[in-house]
Amino acid sequence: MIPAQFDYVKPSSLEEAVRALASDEDAKVIAGGQSLLPLLRLRFAYPSVLVDLAGLDALRSVTDNGSSIEIGALVTHYELTRDPLIAAHAGLLTEAAGTIADPAVRHRGTIGGALSHGDAAGDLPAVVTALDADLVITGPSGSRVLKPGDFFSDYLTTALAPDEILTAIRVPKLSGWGYAYEKFNVTAQAWAIVGVAAAVRRENGQVAEARVGLTNMGSVPVRASAAEAAAAGADASPAALAAAGARADEGTNPPEDLRAAADYRRHLARVLTGRALTAAAGLS
Amino acid sequence: MTAIGETPAEVGKARVRKEDARLITGQTNWTDNITLPGLAHVAFLRSPHAHARITRVDVSEARNAPGVFAAFTGQDVKDEQGSLPCAWPVSEDMILPDHPAMAVDTVRYGGEIVAAVVARDRYAAADAIELIDVDYEELEPVLDMREAIKPGAVKVHAEGNKSYTWELANGDLGAAFNDAPIVLDRVYRQQRLIPAAMEPRSVVCAPVGDEYTMWSATQVPHILRLMLAMVTGIPEQSLRVIAPDVGGGFGSKLQVTAEEVLALLLAKRLGRPVKWTESRSEGNVAVHHGRDQIQHIRLAADADGRIRGLDVDLLADMGAYLMLVTPGVPILGAFMFNAIYKMDAYRFNCTGVFTTKTPTDAYRGAGRPEATYAIEHIMDDLAAHLGVDPLEIRERNWIKHEEFPYDTIAGLTYDSGNYEAATARARELFNYEGLRKEQSERISASSPVRLGVGVSTYTEMCGLAPSRVLGSLSYGAGGWEHASVRMLATGKVEVVTGSSAHGQGHETAWSQIVADQLGVAFEDVRVLHGDTQVSPKGLDTYGSRSLTVGGTALVLACGKVREKAKAIAAHMLEVSPEDLEWTGGRWAVRGDPDQGKNLAEITLATFAAHDLPDGVEPSLDSDATYDPDNFSFPHGTHLCAVDVDTETGRVKIRSYVAVDDIGHVINPLIVDGQVHGGLAQGIAQALYEEAAYDDSGNLVTASLADYLIPSAADLPSFVTDRTETPSTGNPLGVKGVGEAGTIASTPAVVNAIIDALRPFGVTDVEMPCTPERVWRAINEAKGGAR
Amino acid sequence: MRISVTVDGVRYDDDVEPRLLLVHYLREHAGRTGTPIGCDTSNCGACTIALNGRSVKSCSVLAVQADGADITTIQGLANGELHPMQRAFHEEHALQCGYCTPGMIMAATDLLKDNPDPTEEQVREGLEGNLCRCTGYQNIVKAVLKAAQGVKA
Repeated sequence: MIPAQFDYVKPSSLEEAVRALASDEDAKVIAGGQSLLPLLRLRFAYPSVLVDLAGLDALRSVTDNGSSIEIGALVTHYELTRDPLIAAHAGLLTEAAGTIADPAVRHRGTIGGALSHGDAAGDLPAVVTALDADLVITGPSGSRVLKPGDFFSDYLTTALAPDEILTAIRVPKLSGWGYAYEKFNVTAQAWAIVGVAAAVRRENGQVAEARVGLTNMGSVPVRASAAEAAAAGADASPAALAAAGARADEGTNPPEDLRAAADYRRHLARVLTGRALTAAAGLS
Repeated sequence: MTAIGETPAEVGKARVRKEDARLITGQTNWTDNITLPGLAHVAFLRSPHAHARITRVDVSEARNAPGVFAAFTGQDVKDEQGSLPCAWPVSEDMILPDHPAMAVDTVRYGGEIVAAVVARDRYAAADAIELIDVDYEELEPVLDMREAIKPGAVKVHAEGNKSYTWELANGDLGAAFNDAPIVLDRVYRQQRLIPAAMEPRSVVCAPVGDEYTMWSATQVPHILRLMLAMVTGIPEQSLRVIAPDVGGGFGSKLQVTAEEVLALLLAKRLGRPVKWTESRSEGNVAVHHGRDQIQHIRLAADADGRIRGLDVDLLADMGAYLMLVTPGVPILGAFMFNAIYKMDAYRFNCTGVFTTKTPTDAYRGAGRPEATYAIEHIMDDLAAHLGVDPLEIRERNWIKHEEFPYDTIAGLTYDSGNYEAATARARELFNYEGLRKEQSERISASSPVRLGVGVSTYTEMCGLAPSRVLGSLSYGAGGWEHASVRMLATGKVEVVTGSSAHGQGHETAWSQIVADQLGVAFEDVRVLHGDTQVSPKGLDTYGSRSLTVGGTALVLACGKVREKAKAIAAHMLEVSPEDLEWTGGRWAVRGDPDQGKNLAEITLATFAAHDLPDGVEPSLDSDATYDPDNFSFPHGTHLCAVDVDTETGRVKIRSYVAVDDIGHVINPLIVDGQVHGGLAQGIAQALYEEAAYDDSGNLVTASLADYLIPSAADLPSFVTDRTETPSTGNPLGVKGVGEAGTIASTPAVVNAIIDALRPFGVTDVEMPCTPERVWRAINEAKGGAR
Repeated sequence: MRISVTVDGVRYDDDVEPRLLLVHYLREHAGRTGTPIGCDTSNCGACTIALNGRSVKSCSVLAVQADGADITTIQGLANGELHPMQRAFHEEHALQCGYCTPGMIMAATDLLKDNPDPTEEQVREGLEGNLCRCTGYQNIVKAVLKAAQGVKA
């Protein structure tokens, strides 16, 4: 299949990119293009102009901000899996990024693109949700920062205005936390039926704190708050964490689709959250 | 017949393939690579509805779009396009509806062609397609076979939704079932599959005057040429069909397609070459699908598990139309439900049903995997019912090796086989007893991850086919194959085969055969195929027939070459032909082996023709057409161990052993490859793949993001081995291997899953056995969520 | 749009439509038909090439995005003699119809860049984005493991 016609610009500054977006309401950002290209080829999208961010080298860096790591929007999934700073302070991202699609797609796909696409079935939205990252957005009137809960607004929809660009992701350093990403898919390159991103801080044989983000358990990535609360203060034992995990689907509204019915997704979320918490606590 | 000539030197060798040189360097000649001066590109508009009346098609805007040469509707081509062919009218009263290449007034499945654009490049053609305006009056889709055959159901065709009913019966079924101590009654579902050869279909058609050359990604250039002539009325001698390098088929390219017919008609209309290459999403809806049966199977057995009778009722989904061999595919299963077993009575009844879905047709195995799945599944059920080991129950029923040749209840004669040997070897490689022990340990420990062991002892019929048998089944053509051997003056050999390879490795295997038959070097043989001008006679590649039928034709042609050479060699050596013997790859004087002539010497003398015996023509070239007397019957025992995570339903294949008996082996490397690929496709049916439709009849697995073909990460390593019981039906003693892996593996995997779950009370899991289905089956058996 | 790309060692300057897919550019503008197309959702990997040294699916990259890039296709892999990966695919019978082979070989060579001594499982996972319908992958995996030995030696 072949995309419909569009124009193409490749700005050399962020300001220029924002201006290009602002000047045409049907303009669309392209970064790695790994979500966009299939949509264009199947003619599910008809942008008038593609604004290619590839010229914005400033968005390619990973920097240590003291209490957080700042990851430029153009950092690829492949780079997420290889970056030592991210591995040291946000290993959950390293692990989850390694499960996205396949190596060739990971070479092109970017963290900014994956988040801006706003697909709750994608792996990174749940991870940044679990990590409670800051999402840095630039528009005509400057920058703003959103939390994941405000950024992901609906199915394939984010709070980004048409003339805004997600430029960076600030991930708080979770020193001493364990983590795990449990992805459940039917074939290796298929989308997750359910994914669970968990991070756990242990203290004196107990779980002091837990964060759980769920992939594909609603129209947006969600935190499993009940499971988090149940895990906090629980014994660091597989049984206790399985019990906490059993509350993972509370408050979720999982989709029904070709791949799974909602009740099965709920069940998987419960089982996988138990497993993810157990792994994150270093118990498996 | 017996093998001719010397101890084989080449046959049996693990030769690396000649074809690889171009395939690993990107020098392949795929149809889509072909470009010609003035080449125009075709794009098709396809129906978005499963069932609708077309009330208006307006292509005027498309016609006026930049770079567009022409646009056509069904109305524009209806007088020329004829009806797409079905070569297998299985019964006299079979309903065979008209099948227009381009829909004229009604569409009957999503993906049916409604209009065509011809443009200067594929981008312009794709753009113009969007400018076509079609009004549809939607009709109710027909999606469920059981509903479709009820009175009052919405009709796919005016003639009704039942295409045919076909029955085979032998023995006294009533006696077998009456007072039988055990009667098992099961319904299994064969899901619909998409063959998904990696190369999407592509066709290029070039007119020169009144003659046409078509390049097509097809398995069947000869059949295609014949059928194009019959459908369009263009004389057969004016058509040349070339199958260049073809990227896999698996039955999906055993077809005469709407796109091929339309490419020919559009090239003729426009007087210029045209090309059409499908996209994957287009292919998933438009290439014929496979399988899709509801199998009602009843088995009667004695208290000791001996089978008394088998009663099979099939509903087979034809889809919206009958294509080349659509109605015949489930019929092939009639001969395979009885499998390797002896029984007193058998009845097979199949009803072909029309639905508003993509037509079905041959997909790797074609009728045999479906049958094998059902019988091997119910044999496991029988074993479980009796509390007997599944291999033991099979042994009680199978044909003993000393009983061959054996006339089966379905009317075939199995020429040879040794189920005992294959099973013994498989058990040994698999560590059967060890795994059974581990299985019971896990049950005792109530482990959340259960172990299952699955068995599949299969046979199949290969080498399609004896023409007389095909005739008795009302097939429209024969099953012979042709080969010719051309001796070049330099002593090299060109071999022309009517079999049309698309990945099977004919160029290599045929060279090995010829090297032995003619005493020439493997490297000195060139194999030509897939072009009706080069290879005018042939019936192409499908049904694991190439080697048993085409290979035998080759052996016979080589024999004729040798015989012709013999007379000339005798003349050269000044002896009588009776004094010569073929030894060491040459004709030599009996008792004086130093006195001899090899084929290169004889060929040169024949070419020069200076001194030939009187009345001998100056050519050694020979050809042969071989029609087999019987099918061949590969068999084997496959064992599969799975881990089933009962908490999530995920199935992981832990080990897989395949011991196949395919008779003599020409090239073990190629054979192993065929088995591996077959296993992957059979496992994919068991675990991953399904062409799924929503309630309005849309195919929801139209892309490879939704139709899940397993990758390397989703499959295990296989352990393969062979026993070797030669076929007695052909001089090579070969049986065919192209479909064996696919036929055997699906039941092995599903049986393993059910074996793991029987302690929970699970007796069946519908395919594909996705984690959700497995989880639900466990829950259902436990009385939980369904 | 004017683009300049190097394909298998040859520089091409061309005017292209922004929507032109890189794989179509390679096949129909640069004449490198060795790279085939197998799907439209970047699942099959038949069109895998190396873009600035890393594997990408050329059906999911626009030609304009490749401006300035250095591209290696299956046709540029052999350097006078077969690349060890090509040789290993041949020797281990890792292909049948050959349609997935160009992409499979390009993906496999990329895999060894990061992991020159992979386990069988790592090879299988590393090739998750490349579908083959003929081989069941068994001999592909064998070939990649063999090539890894050859590359190291």
